Amino acid sequence: MSALPWLLPESGLDLSALADYRARGGYQTALDAIRTKKPEEVTAIVKDSGLRGRGGAGFPTGLKWTFMPPPDGKARYIACNADESEPGTFKDRQILERNPHQLIEGLLLMGYAIHATAAHIYIRGEFAQPYYNLKRALDDAYAAGLVGAGAHGEGRDFHIQITRGAGAYICGEETGLMESVEGKKGQPRKKPPFPAQAGLWARPTTVNNVETISHVPFIVREGAAAFRAVGTEKCPGKTIYGISGHVVRPGTYELPIGVTLRELIYDYAGGIRNGRQLKAVIPGGSSAPVLTADKIDVKADPESLREVKSVLGTGAVIVMDDTTCMVRAAMTVSRFYRHESCGQCTQCREGTGWTDRVIKRIEAGEGTLKDLEVLDDLVRAMDGQTICALADAASWAAGGFLRVFRDEFVRHIEEKRCPFDESFEP
Amino acid sequence: MSAAEARVLAPVLPPEVVAAIEAEIPNYPVKKGAMMNSLHHVQKALGWIPRDAMVEVAALLEVRPIEVLEVVTFYPMFRDRPVGRHHLEFCRNLSCALLGSRQLIRHCEKRLGIRSGETTSDGKFSIGEAECLGSCGTAPMLMLEDHFHENLTVEKLDQLLDSLD
Repeated sequence: MSALPWLLPESGLDLSALADYRARGGYQTALDAIRTKKPEEVTAIVKDSGLRGRGGAGFPTGLKWTFMPPPDGKARYIACNADESEPGTFKDRQILERNPHQLIEGLLLMGYAIHATAAHIYIRGEFAQPYYNLKRALDDAYAAGLVGAGAHGEGRDFHIQITRGAGAYICGEETGLMESVEGKKGQPRKKPPFPAQAGLWARPTTVNNVETISHVPFIVREGAAAFRAVGTEKCPGKTIYGISGHVVRPGTYELPIGVTLRELIYDYAGGIRNGRQLKAVIPGGSSAPVLTADKIDVKADPESLREVKSVLGTGAVIVMDDTTCMVRAAMTVSRFYRHESCGQCTQCREGTGWTDRVIKRIEAGEGTLKDLEVLDDLVRAMDGQTICALADAASWAAGGFLRVFRDEFVRHIEEKRCPFDESFEP
Repeated sequence: MSAAEARVLAPVLPPEVVAAIEAEIPNYPVKKGAMMNSLHHVQKALGWIPRDAMVEVAALLEVRPIEVLEVVTFYPMFRDRPVGRHHLEFCRNLSCALLGSRQLIRHCEKRLGIRSGETTSDGKFSIGEAECLGSCGTAPMLMLEDHFHENLTVEKLDQLLDSLD
């Protein structure tokens, strides 16, 4: 009998069938913990493990769970973020497609730890096949009595419901997500109140990402020390890195946190396609400031990447070769934020549109040096001014390209054209 | 929408869609919570979400029609107008763009004789563009109904178009 995986089964294998997951001992961790451990003990193990959220912000998971108020006998929720939509990110999808029961087991454990009565999984609408796979797994878990009435012990029910999103990036923001689960436009809420105080339907709620929750069965089963045995001191454990763009073998790689970008790009992803040279890397999804090729010996962990003025984000590494025009890359990213701004904050609604228009103008060879000052101003004006972090992300992304590849913006302006004839088209 | 528009003259939702929506409702503490899944049921059955369907959904969820309309128009995946029988939605975000999604969109436009955002006159095909679809490791790609078509090339796109009736 093969052992349960940390997150994903061996290459090519799929544990979506309940029998396959259980044959490896799946659900036993949750069943044992519910029978023999107190909820606080489960929280303590997760806290000791040092697990940090894998949805982008990297907040300590166990600590987040302790923000929930004491149970009062009424509804309390988990909101599970399966809205994976940070450009470059495709890791949660692997779990949803190949190991959905581990997510469900993680929800059972998390729900037990925080005294939740139900979990709402919010999955992006375009993930139709992952949704069907997860739904089948959930139906099977219900039929087997693992979820639902008495799932958390005698008289303690725990339900799981899946809500499908419909293409709005903003619903990956935790309060936008909750608005959407409630059947509204996904416009983020002001904080406070924080979700633990007033979340879904104004009840205490903890929001965690799919990968984060899927780590929990391993942590409870193997112990905090086993989780801490790999990764970095401040960000222990493994994660699923996703690599895309101009590499030979794009895909997901489940690895200890802290491998270098060089190892990811050259050892795992096979280097740059078509014999080209590396030019730039976005290390953590499109919100992460871009890095030049000389920075790739940095470890892909939150602290090391911060030292080179970027972020780990979702661990989504986008690789660009030496044909790539950085103004076009910036334009593709700014168009995205403009498209996804929900429109309620002025700095974001106007700022993302303005940024996009100016970068487009520069790419078309119609920009002026004054435009660069306008962009600098916009980058400042969008950061830290709005209800949610979408404008911050737009600011960091555009600010990164401007800071690191300013010479390319200047060349477009001076030559009144894009000088990169071989570059991709946005 | 006005009160006159809000009057449903003839139901447009097939009975199985109504049943599916009614089955979603008990899973939420407030009926409105079933909104997103309900609208997916409607769009899957009808291909888009007409005004009359919004009014029916509103009645089932016990909300005002405007609350359905504002959700339909907020989310890019929900369509308040019909598209082609085969709606090809190309990802245009960075990972796909780096590997040639724009060339694929242009090829598709040329072959079908329409621009991105349009529908062929026989109503068979339409082309759209989406932001990142979470398939960056298998870029470039497109979404067709419930399916992703990944690692696309011009040849694979042609084969796909040939296979659709």
